[in-house]
Parts: sequence; C-alpha cells; structure tokens
Amino acid sequence: MRKEVPLIITFLAGAFFIADYFIPHTGFSDLAAKINGWAIIVLAASYILGVLNILRINYGRVAKREKDWILKLILVLCMFFMLGAGIFGGITEGTLFDWFFVNTFTPMQATMFALLAFYIASAAFRAFRVRTVQAALLAITAVLVMIGRVPIGETIWKSFPDFTEWIMNVPQLAGKRAILIGAALGAIATGLKVITGLERTYMGQD
Amino acid sequence: MNNRKISLVILISAIWLTLCSQILLAQEAAPPTGTKFDYHWFDTNRLNVFITLAIVFSAILWFIARAKKGKSLFIRRIAGLDAIEEAVGRATEMGKSVLYIPGIHDMNDIQTVASMIILGNVAKTIARYDIPLIVPIRQPFVVPVAEEAVRQGYLSAGRPDAFMKDNIRFISDEQFAYAAAVNGIMLRERPAANLLLGSFYAESLLLAETGASTGAIQVAGTANIHQLPFFVVACDYTLIGEELFAASAYLSREPKLLGSLKGSDLAKALIVLAIIIGTILETIGVKWFTKLFVVQ
Repeated sequence: MRKEVPLIITFLAGAFFIADYFIPHTGFSDLAAKINGWAIIVLAASYILGVLNILRINYGRVAKREKDWILKLILVLCMFFMLGAGIFGGITEGTLFDWFFVNTFTPMQATMFALLAFYIASAAFRAFRVRTVQAALLAITAVLVMIGRVPIGETIWKSFPDFTEWIMNVPQLAGKRAILIGAALGAIATGLKVITGLERTYMGQD
Repeated sequence: MNNRKISLVILISAIWLTLCSQILLAQEAAPPTGTKFDYHWFDTNRLNVFITLAIVFSAILWFIARAKKGKSLFIRRIAGLDAIEEAVGRATEMGKSVLYIPGIHDMNDIQTVASMIILGNVAKTIARYDIPLIVPIRQPFVVPVAEEAVRQGYLSAGRPDAFMKDNIRFISDEQFAYAAAVNGIMLRERPAANLLLGSFYAESLLLAETGASTGAIQVAGTANIHQLPFFVVACDYTLIGEELFAASAYLSREPKLLGSLKGSDLAKALIVLAIIIGTILETIGVKWFTKLFVVQ
C-alpha cells in the first residue's frame, strides 16, 4: 500500500494535467485550476517542515555547544523574531517586519547579487584561456561578438554589427535550440517514467 | 499485480472519475453567467502536439518493453556521470564530505525530480564509501523528498545506520540567502566534491566559482540554457540539458530506464528528420509542411 497509493496518485494527477492541455472544456479547466490551488496550499504548508528542519538541526548543535553554536542560536532567534513581527505586526509598509526586511535583508541580498559581477570577470578569464582549438574558437567568437556590439566595431568595419547578429542568430541559436530540444525530450521521458511508475527513486522506495 | 492491487487501482480510479464527472456535470448544468462556457472536449488546434506526444510516448514505451525482454541497449559514455564516482572516491581519500546541491526550484520542476533521482543513486555510492553527504535545500517541500531519496540510497547500499538526517538541511527559500549559506558551507566545511544538479538561475556562478576556489572537484548539470556557460567554465564536468535527465538510467543501468533513453533518441532522430525536410521544402517554397508544426 505504501508504494501503490503514491504511484496511483502520481499517475492520476500526471494524466489529468496532460489531458488538461488538450481539453478546452471550461469545467475541466476550472477543475484543473482548483487542483492547482490545492497544490499551492500543500506547498505553503510545507514551510512548517522547513521551520521544523531548521529547529531540529540547530537545536542539537546549540544544546551541545558545538562549533559556531552562537551563530546558530542567532539564526533561530532571528527566525522567531521575524515570524513574530510578521504575525503580530503585519508585513505591510511601515511595520517592524518591513523595516527589518528593507534595512537588513534587502542590502544583504543586493550585496550577494553584486558579487556576481566579480565572479563573471574571474569566470570569463578562465574561459578565455586558449589551451585547445575549441577554447580558441570560443575566445575568438566572443571577442568578435564583443567588438561588434560596441561603437568601435562599426568604425572598424561597417558590417561588424550585422556579422555579430548573424553569429548570435544563426550558429549560436542553432546550438541553443539543439540543447533545448534534447532537454525537452529528456523532460518528457522523465515525466513519463514518473507518471507510469517506472521511476520511483524520488519516492524513496524501490 | 495481485487482486488486492487491482482492486486498489479500480477503487481510486473510480473515486477520481466520479469526482471529476460530478463536478463537470454540475458545472455544465449551471454554467456561470457572464462567461463563455466552452463545451469542447478536444482542442483541435493542438492536434499536432497530441500526435507528436503520442509518437514520443509510444517510442519510449516500445523501447522500455524491448529492454524488459532483455535486448541489450548501447548507451554512450557520459563523462560527467562517470566523474561522480571519481569525485566520491576523491572525497573518500581526503576524508572529506560531498556537497549535493539539487537546484533552487520546487518539486513541480521536472529538473528537481531528475535531481532527486540522481541524489538517490549518489547516496547509494556515497554510503559504500562511508563519507558524509550534505544536501542544502532551498524549497521546504524538497526536504522530505531528499530525505527519503538519501535514506533509500543508504538502505540499498546496506548502510542505513550511516544515514545522517541532519545533513539534509533546509536553508532559506530566498535565492541569494540560499546562495550565501551554501557558499558558507563550501568555505567552512570544505567538501572535496560539489555536485550541482538541478534547476539553477543567477546563483549558479556564485556557487560554482566559490566551489572552484575551494579546490573541490565539481560536477554540474542543468537544463537551464543560460546557466550552462557558467557551469562549463567553473566546473570540471557539466551535464548539458538532456544528460541531466539521462543520469538516472545511466547510473542505475536498469534496462527499463535505459529503454526510455532509446525512446528519446528515436524522437530526436525524427525531429532532426523533420527539420531537414522542413528546411528543404521551405527553401523551394513549399509551406504546408512547416505549418503542420505551428502550435496555437
């Protein structure tokens, strides 16, 4: 029973949503929208699991005074503080929750995102080291595209921007679409294996 | 299938169908006022999609049936998947952990489902070597699925005692908070191998570059096309698009799963054929063939 029930539910849900794509019947679409709503409720409820996971992992470490236990204690206290601020004070503009969100979380998030610029520079440096024929092709193409997209490119050769566009719209796009088609077929095959119960590793049951 | 299972299938199907038909009948009897009610049971504009899907499904199921009969199927070598074993071996030699990052999306993303399938296989390998497996997770709904996949992996390897539930960690559902925390794990715990398999977005390079700076062997894989270049430059091996979905069959070598790969390959061959025919016909001015593939 532990195996069969989830498998049947997966099959019925999977088949239902495939059918929903092909059935324009309003009643059927409404039913699909309703079931999607249930899925959102289940997903929202799963946040309780997340909170419990954080508590379980950090409580033991704080209790045993493991390395960095003070940081874990701060994490748990902050979590409860924000939870309390949100539940009792609301989350709209001007509330305590909003003040902390805007003045602590937002700048930290922006900092992480800003780091991306430096990481792109270091990744580009690594990518453009010419060690093989393929790496050389990549580097030459990248340099050509970059030159074609700045004003100096047009000054060097009038058709440079058009040439750059051709690289982007023909060979680049062809490669990209090939990957996309392969990935889409892989996704269909995986979906089919899951729906038919051939693949059940994700359920934790052989 | 025994009688009990058949009864169960019939019972649940009957409940489901009754529920659906009752709701539909009720709505049809009293359609909401002011809105146009569509009574059609098939969208003919999507007939081409239906036929294509039917062909792909049939090809996959046919190859699975062939594989079940014992026909041997050749699967090309995928370096990135072979490297997982190598990465785990390296971690064992160094006495360090393996970090498995299953992407940032929820279970409704097929890439996360594929990642959970790979996680089960990876856990089975890691259990044999007796090293820690750390799985930081962004979406809370993925936590129980990952726990089950890892637990089953350890169980299959005969090492249920080595399974550490606390290593499956929910971090935060905020993208960059998650990236910061995972970077922290990489820098503090210094895993010998980082496996980044799943659906990634802007955090991909933050994670991959930090991992590269720690000297860990990195295997990445995603079907998100814009993140692939970042993984290619920052990781040792990259599973590109479909290779991520092929991983479970490749790692488990189960005939029925290998059969599904062959089915996808046949579908790919048909698509290539259609592209060639379409290109030739469009070039000589024949338009009807390409119009067959227009999706509305």
